[in-house]
Amino acid sequence: MAVIARPRAAARADVADRFATENRVAGLNILVAFLALGLGGLMGVLQVLQYNSIDLYKPIKAILPGGYYQGLTLHGVLNVLVFTTFYIIGFLTFVTARSFDRPLVNPGLAWFTFYFMTAGLLIAAVPILLNQATVMFTFYPPLKASGFFYLGLTIVVVGTYFLLANQVLTLRAWRRDNPGAKIPLAAFMSIVTMTMWVIATFGIAVEMLVLLLPWAFGLAPGTDPLLARTLFWFTGHPIVYFWLLPAYISWYTIVPKLAGGKLFSEPMARVSFLLFLVLSVPIGLHHQYTDPGISQIWKLVHFIFTVGVFFPSLLTFFNVVASLEHAGRSRGGKGWLAWIFALPWNEPAFVTQVFAMMLFAFGGASGVINASYNLNLVVHNTAWISGHFHLTVGSAVALTFMGLTYWLLPYLSGRTLWSRGLGLAQAWLWIIGMILFSHFMHMLGLAGMPRRTMIGSAPYVLPAWEGLLPFTMVGGLLMFASALCFLVNMLMTLTTGKRVEPGPVTFARALSGPEDVPLFLDRLTPWVLSAIVLVAINYGPTLYFLATTGRFNIPGLSPW
Amino acid sequence: MILKNPEKFMGYLFEVAWILPSIAIPVAVITAVVLTAFAVGLRVPDVAGRIEPKAIAVTEPFDEPGLRELAPGKYQAAMIAQVFLFTPNEIEVPAGSEVTFMLTSRDVIHGFKIVGTSVNMMVVPGQISKLTVRFDRPGEYLIVCHEYCGSGHHVMSGKVIVR
Ligand code: HEM
Ligand SMILES: [Cu+2]
Ligand SMILES: [Cu+2]
Repeated sequence: MAVIARPRAAARADVADRFATENRVAGLNILVAFLALGLGGLMGVLQVLQYNSIDLYKPIKAILPGGYYQGLTLHGVLNVLVFTTFYIIGFLTFVTARSFDRPLVNPGLAWFTFYFMTAGLLIAAVPILLNQATVMFTFYPPLKASGFFYLGLTIVVVGTYFLLANQVLTLRAWRRDNPGAKIPLAAFMSIVTMTMWVIATFGIAVEMLVLLLPWAFGLAPGTDPLLARTLFWFTGHPIVYFWLLPAYISWYTIVPKLAGGKLFSEPMARVSFLLFLVLSVPIGLHHQYTDPGISQIWKLVHFIFTVGVFFPSLLTFFNVVASLEHAGRSRGGKGWLAWIFALPWNEPAFVTQVFAMMLFAFGGASGVINASYNLNLVVHNTAWISGHFHLTVGSAVALTFMGLTYWLLPYLSGRTLWSRGLGLAQAWLWIIGMILFSHFMHMLGLAGMPRRTMIGSAPYVLPAWEGLLPFTMVGGLLMFASALCFLVNMLMTLTTGKRVEPGPVTFARALSGPEDVPLFLDRLTPWVLSAIVLVAINYGPTLYFLATTGRFNIPGLSPW
Repeated sequence: MILKNPEKFMGYLFEVAWILPSIAIPVAVITAVVLTAFAVGLRVPDVAGRIEPKAIAVTEPFDEPGLRELAPGKYQAAMIAQVFLFTPNEIEVPAGSEVTFMLTSRDVIHGFKIVGTSVNMMVVPGQISKLTVRFDRPGEYLIVCHEYCGSGHHVMSGKVIVR
């Protein structure tokens, strides 16, 4: 080691260089994510216009021959498979390294993860764009897409495993150098998230490898739709926690800092993440309450465990709100609620994420109805569901990720946000548009309007729906305007934003921090084992029954 | 040790004060739903048997799709879903009747929702879907396919007429 004193600027450049790989990998992942969101959002606009009989699919028939349903497949795949997954892998790559304060042990693997997933994305994109995979993002067989669609998605999922591998190797190295220390909170949460996800992908892995790929490539004559559906939801429910937990990481470790305060309780934050690890997977049958061929008893068991997940969710809610209150009071706020006004309402990265939390509170409320076994009969597969998940994944996750990007920009691009005003406008447009859109989608659902349906051309539109549909269009257009503001701001930042030397990343400290964390909240193995046992109990009998009584001869159809 | 630090102590009190409702709310939801499921009898579809899609034409009750009176005021409606229609797509019953809907699919997955009632189920090829409902109020009830099933999904509908 050289002992010559170095000038400060050089030392800072050194800090940035240390994380050069993570910065670039995260930046590229996030770039792919927002390209997907832009195109996906555009499809959303076409949908709300079609709801109101403004059909823009005809003029673009040459590009989008499958019209509404091909567009909706793109909307679903791009927004909740591509945008989320790429953003999450990028963000967690960044957070893991910065939280451990050391680069990932294997930078080559970090690059490989990105290239592998991108290859999968391109393979799946071709059939979707050629209208050979107009099967929605849920691809329920026996709707039959081109085999390359399933192959591409499988590759994307496998790609995500490499991040967990890199994280675990990095954790090992970190433990060697820091014997006895507790894993830093943000790194701990990132690893819990990826671990939960990898356990969750068992379902989709079996669905793809055993049922869909052999069938789509002509090696098997047919498939069993109900078993495939059940395996899909085995992964399909916990995937929502794969989307949500990274947003929680930001709410727990970055937002309190942005607000000028501290996290309320680190032990409680760890409890909630570990409970998500255990409880996210064994509850997926709540997506199949209305399915035939699955016993009521197991549906009820999954319902009860689903409600169990309210517990870590409510803990998160309390912990985050208490942290905001601490920040408000530290900034001189007073009173029962007046502290809210002391928060930094002029900081785009903060405002977006707090709006995301507010929208999520509404989404949580409608989620209780969806989850509630027989109440689900009222809303299942209606526009209500669409209203619900635009508040959850479409806001709690998507809006948080947008706000988080404002915060990440200096680290990833060496430039600051081009326009803070535009950032604030973006946040307000989204919350206003989304409240309108989701409220009226919920109402339409209660009035019986089906989802995934080209309503503008349906022969059976009820008078009760007609008065509600225009508001979905107004809301949807405001949301899209918000997305455009965001994209313009990104583009301008990357090209003309002011250059800055970003300092080191600092995460929020906790009022009750690592010193209060008992050892069992710093271990993963016992929790992983409990998760696996619980999954085996809750899914074993149903999967065994379906696999042993299945008819694997349903040939399938591509009716579009 | 905790007591020496009043700020931390208050923190613990707050945590406990929040943990209690975080347990009470889920317990209340579970109780309410289990009560309506068992006391009121509002249930979701159960296992109702498998069927070979190629043999629909020779398997009861789908060999003769349509309405059948099982007992006074009690009916069974056997319906087949396929792209993009229900067979039959119209059913007429007197007010006050109890109707058990039995459905299966010839091809892909379809949905079956009768707007304004608690009938809502998926129709999966190879499976029989079954739910029972009472129609008390006369009127026309819209049936929609609410699962994407192909390019004509939005025309797939039917109705129940209650006299
Ligand atoms: C830009 C504003 C957006 C508009 C106007 C919009 C509009 C819509 C509409 C009208 C539907 C219902 C279509 C139907 O059921 O027939 C829909 C479905 C959906 N949206 Fe959005 N959306 C927007 C943004 C988003 C975002 C940000 C996400 C998530 C990150 C998202 C995720 C979804 C998903 C997963 C579906 C369901 C697709 C399916 O049923 O297969 N949307 N959207
Ligand atoms: Cu779920
Ligand atoms: Cu259909």
